[in-house]
Amino acid sequence: MTDIHVTSGAAGPTGSGRHLLEVKDLYVEFHTRDGVARVINGVSYHLDPGETLAVLGESGSGKSVTAQAIMGILDMPPAKIPSGKILYKGQDLLTMSEEQRRQVRGKEISMIFQDALSALNPVFPVGWQISETLRTRAGLSRKDALKRAVELMDLVKIPAAKARVKDYPHQFSGGMRQRVMIAMSLAMEPKVLIADEPTTALDVTVQAQIMDLLGDLRRDMNMGLILITHDLGVVADVADRIAVMYAGRIVEHADVRSVYKHPAHPYTEGLLDSIPRLDSKGTELATIKGLPPNLMRPPTGCAFHPRCKYAKAVCTTETPLSLDLGHGRTSACHFAKEMLDGTLR
Amino acid sequence: MAHSAENVAGARPAGEPLLRVENLVKHFPITQGILFKKKVGAVKAVDGVSFELHRGETLGIVGESGCGKSTLAKLLMRLETPTAGRAMLKGKDIFKVSGSELRRMRRNIQMVMQDPYTSLNPRMTVGDIIGEPYEIHTEVAPKGDRQRRVQELLELVGLNPEHINRYPHQFSGGQRQRIGIARALALKPEIIVCDEPVSALDVSIQAQVINLLEKLQGELDLSYIFIAHDLSVVRHISDRVGVMYLGKMVEVGTDAEIYERPTHPYTQALLSAVPVPDPDARSHRDVIRLTGDVPSPANPPSGCRFRTRCWKAQERCSVEEPLLIRRGVDPHPSACHFAELRQVVG
Repeated sequence: MTDIHVTSGAAGPTGSGRHLLEVKDLYVEFHTRDGVARVINGVSYHLDPGETLAVLGESGSGKSVTAQAIMGILDMPPAKIPSGKILYKGQDLLTMSEEQRRQVRGKEISMIFQDALSALNPVFPVGWQISETLRTRAGLSRKDALKRAVELMDLVKIPAAKARVKDYPHQFSGGMRQRVMIAMSLAMEPKVLIADEPTTALDVTVQAQIMDLLGDLRRDMNMGLILITHDLGVVADVADRIAVMYAGRIVEHADVRSVYKHPAHPYTEGLLDSIPRLDSKGTELATIKGLPPNLMRPPTGCAFHPRCKYAKAVCTTETPLSLDLGHGRTSACHFAKEMLDGTLR
Repeated sequence: MAHSAENVAGARPAGEPLLRVENLVKHFPITQGILFKKKVGAVKAVDGVSFELHRGETLGIVGESGCGKSTLAKLLMRLETPTAGRAMLKGKDIFKVSGSELRRMRRNIQMVMQDPYTSLNPRMTVGDIIGEPYEIHTEVAPKGDRQRRVQELLELVGLNPEHINRYPHQFSGGQRQRIGIARALALKPEIIVCDEPVSALDVSIQAQVINLLEKLQGELDLSYIFIAHDLSVVRHISDRVGVMYLGKMVEVGTDAEIYERPTHPYTQALLSAVPVPDPDARSHRDVIRLTGDVPSPANPPSGCRFRTRCWKAQERCSVEEPLLIRRGVDPHPSACHFAELRQVVG
């Protein structure tokens, strides 16, 4: 692992060696009529069994596109993957045939989406939808598949699962629908579960229930969980490690405590300062000035420099490489060491 | 519903309130049949809500989806007609006025919508969007003066006045929300109803819009009714907070009273469910997990509406509805028979 981009893939909690899932220096572009948008610019991260990696970022940061690339559900074209590797148990998913890929998708790596109502088919009962993969992939009979669907609904704590297996999605509340989605994604007992903003559309009390459920399932089934979110609160509660994304790059990667205690990238620091706190009432919120960049015309040098309060001359010309700070921490800032020392002004 | 408005005034003392809402009720009928629509029930979206709003104050309203907070906003905008109750704005009931008086009243209460992507007409320029209120309320700005007024408003909300001829799609989400705020300010209202104004925005942009709202409040002496489901945002901006559950206000108080000394179990559970951005808080936080979902407002539980999800519920809760009154434990109103202090934050 001498390649500088791979540094964020080094030294997870289980030490080096082969990871369950490893994204290596991934690039994704979208070719549109107006030009090429480079939405992922050298992203690397890894995941081990039983751990939770949170991918944090604002809209347009590329967090969902990375997940879609892992799942192999990007629309190509317009999307294009010019370079990079996605290794699952050492095998590169990107060079596999579609038939091999299909064996991985859903069975080994599964995904739950943000909006459960639009992800579920309104004209089929939920039990039928949960058992669909079991019938087509595992070759179970209708009856057995439906029986398993009830078990799965029990697993995700849907009350009266047996009675509700024939109900339609609209008969469920938002939280219950998200549970149905989770049951569906667990049908083939995947090793990796990607949750793309699983609670954004839900109320706080229900959000807490769903996050607890995902945490329990991850532990019980020893799954690797990739949690994609923009909510710093949710991340702090459940994640082991955090990868913070900005403009298609991972700008900071560390264990959850370090990120919240001593952010090593100005963007992370800005994000943490700009959230209102429940336990205190400040006078004015700190803000990150300006807007996220247009990826058709990204800024020169560090993509964050137009919004960075510490930006220096070097930031406008040179793209910072991912700097290894030890203990699996990386930061893509020219002044990461100074940030950690607290000497950056 | 025997309690009077005095009981629910909250902690803010003295002075005539700008807006006094008394026992506001909105039931949506559920009908059956095609030709002869028979009323078979009602969705009790807002069911007896009372509060006061003072000048220059922000009243935060929190609650889960379906608790009636958006219906409350629509009622105050007079976009819906209430089933019962009244709302006194400077001594006049906003639901009784009509004609030119209604038009004048509408000027005084404006709204900022949740979704900055759908609440701006894509075919109108920013200048037309912000200036449109002047078409209806011609007395506020004479025709020749409008462009200048719109540019002033753009500047006030932190946008470039030269962008007056641009279209909404040329702006980002945060900038669009600023346009929405400028439109709400166009008629110089005293009250602005903000219905989830920052929930569609990214974290780094959220803070910018919240700061803008606070700055404008200071400069223009505005009163806000700030409706949101994000309790941290509400605490940050509000002077007083009302917690709603299934069409009813269950607890009202100053931000310190609600967040540091909550006495209603629902408020406590709601606060406990908010994820705090501090990994070390995980271990020593008091966690209350509510089970189940909010019951249907078409068929709310008898007595206390929260009893089906409440860990304290007893026989009495199913028969006797708890009133929103001051309880012994803390001097702010709480609608729970067994109100007691429990600190759940921090």
